[in-house]
Amino acid sequence: MVGVVGELLITAGVVVMLFLIWYLWLGDVIAGSAQNDAGHELRQQWQAEVPEEAEAAPLIGQPQDPSLAPVIAEPTADAERFAAMLIPRFGADYVRTIAQGVGLQSVLNDPETGIGHYPGTAMPGEVGNFAVAAHRTTYGAPFNRLLELQEGDSIFIESAAGWYQYAFRSSDIVRPTAVDVLEPVPRQPGVVPTERILTMTTCHPLFSAAERAIGYAVMTGWYPREAGAPAELAAPASAAAVG
Amino acid sequence: MYAALWRTLPGPAWVRVVILLVLATAALAALVTWVFPWASATLLPQDVTVGDS
Repeated sequence: MVGVVGELLITAGVVVMLFLIWYLWLGDVIAGSAQNDAGHELRQQWQAEVPEEAEAAPLIGQPQDPSLAPVIAEPTADAERFAAMLIPRFGADYVRTIAQGVGLQSVLNDPETGIGHYPGTAMPGEVGNFAVAAHRTTYGAPFNRLLELQEGDSIFIESAAGWYQYAFRSSDIVRPTAVDVLEPVPRQPGVVPTERILTMTTCHPLFSAAERAIGYAVMTGWYPREAGAPAELAAPASAAAVG
Repeated sequence: MYAALWRTLPGPAWVRVVILLVLATAALAALVTWVFPWASATLLPQDVTVGDS
């Protein structure tokens, strides 16, 4: 009898240790790579939609003025995927899909999505505040390294039409009730926006829900798909082709 | 408990080892697929949005 209890306790201890390994590390590696795979699939679909005559387009495009970028229509259906986020500082294979809505079950915990758009905030290319949320830990943790971004770092929002380039501007730590970060001009209610802002919200500190970490970026350029990808995104592929 | 399981399993020792490895893999898969995500969501809730929720 004592032996059985002892074996059960040892088993429970092993399960708890396995849980911690999964929770702190392995789970995000598995879920993150599944989210990246889903993002790559979406990118390939968009690239396959490019008309034949545009196939000969240059590999590397030149940035155009943000005002030329088409505004993505806001999806009406919850959890509909409409774009992907690429952040070179997070690695060349970092591609996370953005879907409509910030529901935990519908979008943020989804193994193939990861990033959710706050309904009613602006969309990519639109003057105002394109606000998104994602996990900092667990469920693939798309914004795990949000606070490692440095001023000027590129953040690309890719859609079927092309690439919206944003430059990271600053980060902030706020209380969970600080909904004014979602204002057209973040934290300045009532002010008329003139810039195209990207706001990213996630939890803070790590593994806690006590506060929110916020990252702000501003749109600096637009790359139509038929004119070629941004150099920062095309570089690894072309370097591999040469080497 | 584990000694009883070992005695219950049929076949020579190497067959029992194979069966145990399969069982352990199945248990691990069940933990990672259902138990760990449930425990994570229930015991350690994450909230990443600003707002009332």
